[in-house]
Amino acid sequence: MTTRSTISLRVNDVTHRLCLDHRRTLLDALREDLGHTGPKKGCDQGQCGACTVLLDGRRVVSCLTLAVAAEGAEITTVEGLAADGELRPIQEAFVRLDGFQCGYCTSGQLCSAVGMLAERAAGWPSAVTADVSPDGPVAELDAAEVRERMSGNLCRCGAYPSIVHAILETAARDGVTG
Amino acid sequence: MSMAVHVGAVGVARPRIEGRAKVTGAARYAADEPIPDLAYGALVLATVARGRVRDIDVASVRDMPGVLGVIDHTNAPRLNPEAGNFFGPDGGLRLLQDDLIPHAGRPIALVVAETPEQARAAAQALPVTYDEQPHDTRLFAGHPAGRPALTLFDAPADIGDVDAELAASAVVVDERYGTPEENCSAMEPHSATAWWEGDRLEAVDSNQGPFQIAFTLATLFHLPPERVRVRVDHIGGGFGGKTMCGPQLILAAMAATRFGRPVRVTLTRAEVFLATAQRPATDQRIRIGADADGRLRAIHHDATYEISPLAEYIEGCTELTKTLYAAPAIRTALTVVPLDILPPYSMRAPGAAPGSFALESAMDELAERVGLDPLELRLRNEPGVGPVSGLPFSSRNLVACLREGARRFGWASRDHRPRMRRAGPLLIGTGLAATSFSTGAFPSTATITAEPDGTFTVAIAAADLGTGARTALTAIAADALAVGTDRIRLRISDSAIGPAWGAGGSRGTASWAWAITEAAAKIRGPERPMTATVDTTQLLGDLASRERHAFSAVFAEVGVDPATGEVRVRRLLGMFAVGRVINPLMARSQVIGGMIGGLSMALHEEGVRDPVTGRHVNADFAGYHIAAHADVPDIEADFVPDDEPGVPWGIKGVGEIGNVGTAAAIANAVWHATGVRQRHLPIRLDRVLES
Ligand code: FES
Ligand code: FES
Repeated sequence: MTTRSTISLRVNDVTHRLCLDHRRTLLDALREDLGHTGPKKGCDQGQCGACTVLLDGRRVVSCLTLAVAAEGAEITTVEGLAADGELRPIQEAFVRLDGFQCGYCTSGQLCSAVGMLAERAAGWPSAVTADVSPDGPVAELDAAEVRERMSGNLCRCGAYPSIVHAILETAARDGVTG
Repeated sequence: MSMAVHVGAVGVARPRIEGRAKVTGAARYAADEPIPDLAYGALVLATVARGRVRDIDVASVRDMPGVLGVIDHTNAPRLNPEAGNFFGPDGGLRLLQDDLIPHAGRPIALVVAETPEQARAAAQALPVTYDEQPHDTRLFAGHPAGRPALTLFDAPADIGDVDAELAASAVVVDERYGTPEENCSAMEPHSATAWWEGDRLEAVDSNQGPFQIAFTLATLFHLPPERVRVRVDHIGGGFGGKTMCGPQLILAAMAATRFGRPVRVTLTRAEVFLATAQRPATDQRIRIGADADGRLRAIHHDATYEISPLAEYIEGCTELTKTLYAAPAIRTALTVVPLDILPPYSMRAPGAAPGSFALESAMDELAERVGLDPLELRLRNEPGVGPVSGLPFSSRNLVACLREGARRFGWASRDHRPRMRRAGPLLIGTGLAATSFSTGAFPSTATITAEPDGTFTVAIAAADLGTGARTALTAIAADALAVGTDRIRLRISDSAIGPAWGAGGSRGTASWAWAITEAAAKIRGPERPMTATVDTTQLLGDLASRERHAFSAVFAEVGVDPATGEVRVRRLLGMFAVGRVINPLMARSQVIGGMIGGLSMALHEEGVRDPVTGRHVNADFAGYHIAAHADVPDIEADFVPDDEPGVPWGIKGVGEIGNVGTAAAIANAVWHATGVRQRHLPIRLDRVLES
C-alpha cells in the first residue's frame, strides 16, 4: 500500500514539489515541510481557528485539510497577506489597535477576516443576518455580523473587541479586500 | 549621550514592538523553531484515575514505521525527587518514575519517532493494561480527607469575635458558592524541544519563567544549573498554565538524553487539558453579618478546594476577604482536600477569581436583604487600614473605581429591585463587584551594557506571554537611561541571562522594571561603567511593610432569555487602579482580556469529570467552551490615577486583576434580571431554567 505521494502545493504564489505522508495535514505540510510557521496549531481538530488559511480565497482550517487534497489550489497563509513587505490594511489595523496580545491566534484571525470580508461581499448570510433570502441585500457589516462570522477563531488573550474594531475600520475604509 | 530633552516613553500608548512580526507570521513560538535532525515524541496518558500500570507492550509498536523507541517507567532516567515548585516538592514533575497512577491523564509513556504522524500512530497503538484501584475525585466541604492548606500566603485570619458579631447582626447572609475545575487554555499548546550540546542540556520551551524552569529541569536531571539552558522567542499565552516545568519539557529532555538527538514534544489540546495544570474546584461558605444600615459586623469565609497528594498548592480564595471591607470580626480559612486529580496550580487570578465570586456575590445578597444599593454598601464599609493586618495601604483607590465606574455605567438610575426590566422577551439586569489583587515584586537580576554604537543591551530573563513585557520593559529601560526606545536592545526569555522572577502573580513587570531601573542608575552613575548587573534581592527586603493591592470595580449588564436559560452579557465596564500605567494601549488590552476570562468563567467554563471513571469528559474546545467572538460585547475599561509608593515607576501589575470580579458582577446581574441567585459557576442554561 502506498502511504506517500508526490504532489505540488502552490503557497503564496510559489509552487513546491513535495513527497508527503497521506496523513499529513495541510497545516503540518505548511509548517514542517515548507517552513511556513505562521499558521498555528491550537487544537488540531478544527475547534480553534488558529490554523486558518485561504484556499482559493476561501478560509479553511488547515488542520482538517489533508495536504494531498490541497493540490491545485491557491493557498494563502498569513505570510502571503503582506505583498512586497507592505502590510495590508487589516494587518496595520491589528497592530495599531492592538488586535492581539500573545499573537498565537493572530494569523488565523487575519486570514479569517480576509476570507470573511469576501464572503460577506459575495452576499453570503450569517446566522445573525436579518434577511437571508437569495435576493436579499448584502448584509450590513456591523459588530454583530463580524462577531458571528469570526466566532470560529478563538482568542484566549481576549483581544476580541480590538479585533472587531480593526475589521470594522478596515472594511469601512478598504472594502472587501481587507 | 545627546543633550536633547528626553521625552519619556513610560505612560505613552504605543503598539507592541513585535507587532509586525506577529501580523506577518514571522514571530517564532516554541514549536516553530527550525532544528535539524529532529525526532518527535508523542505522549501516552493513563486512562484510569488511580492504580498501577500492569504492562506496557512496547514490543508491539517497536517495529512500526519510524519508531525510535518508547520511554516508560522501566527505562526512564531517574529524576531527583527534590525538584519542586513554588510550594515545595512536586510529585507532578516525577514522570515515568514508577508504575503508580495518581490521576487520569498522567503521562505513562513517550513514543519517539522520525515524524509526528509516526509517533502519534505508535502512541495510539501502544497496548497498556492497568490494575485499577478505587478513586475519589469528588470535592465537597466537609470531605473527611480535608486539612488546612499551607500558610505560605493567604494564611488563616481570626480577628474579633465572629460568632458574637453574627449573633448581634440585624442581617446575616450564610451561603455556599461553588466553582468548577477550569483550564488555563492558552491558545499555544505547550511545546518543548530539547537536545544536548556537549555536556549542556539545551531546550526551547514555551513557559512563563525561563530561569526558574531551567533551574527545576537541572534539579530534576541532577545537573548543575549552568549546564541547562531554556529559552524561547514568543509565547502563545500562559495564564498560569506554563508556570511549571511542564511534561513536554521533562519528557523531551528524557528523550534527547536517551536517543542522542533533538526531540520535540508538543502537547495535543487534550493533553493540555489532562496533563498540565488546572484551577481547582472550590466549595466556599460565606457568612456576613451587618447592622440594619449595612455596616458590616462580621465576615467569615471558609474556602475548601481540591489538590493532589502529589503537590501542595494554595488557591488563595480569602485574600480579598481580608482586604476589601472593614469589619470588627473577620475569620478566614483555607481547607484542602487531596483527591485523585491532576495537580491544580495557578490559573489567571488564582484564588481571587473564585474567592471574589463568593465574596462579591454574598455582598450583593447582603445589599438585597438590607435593602441598600450594592454600590452604597461597598462605600459604607471602606476600611482605613488593612482590615486584618492593621497596616496602612500603600495606595487604595477602590472608591474612585466604584464612583467613576458607576458614573460611566449609569448606575445611579438603577432600580435595585429584581426582575423589573425587559427588552422584548429578555429579562435585563445589572450588577457590580469590587475587587483587589495583591501586588509586589520578587528578586530579579538585570544586566545593561553600553554598546560602542550608542545603543544599550538590556538583558533580563523575563517572559512576554502576550502581556507586552517586551514593549513595556523597552520603554522603562529607555526612560531609566534617558534615551529613545530606538537605542534599547532588549534580550529576554533566556535562562542564561540570570535569575529572574517569571511572568506570574502580577509581579512580572514590577520585578523586572525594578532590576532594569537599578542597573540603569549604575550605568548613569559617577563611575559610568560599560556594563552593570543588579540583583534586587536586598532592595526588595528594604521595602516598607504595607498592604499592597491593585483594585477595580466591574459593572455588567446581562440579558437572560427565560425560554432557553441563555445569559448574554450586553455591557461590561471595568475601572482599574493598578498603579502607574506603563502603556495604556496594552494595559487596556490586558484588563479587557482578563474581563473576558471572567465572563468566560461566569458563563462557559467547566471541566466536567465523569464520577465513574474519574476522567475529564470535555478535554477539548468543543466540550470546554471558552468565550468566542459572539459571546463578547464591546467592553469599556479605563484607569483611575494611582501610584505605588516605594516601587520604581509606581507599578502594581495588571495581569490578574482584570479576571477578578467579573464573574460576580455577571452573577449579580443575572439575579437582578431574574430574581434568582446563581451560586454555582458556570451559570449554565439548565441552572437558569431550573431556578
Ligand atoms: S488548529 Fe486547526 S482549528 Fe485549531
Ligand atoms: S492574541 Fe493570544 S490567543 Fe489571541
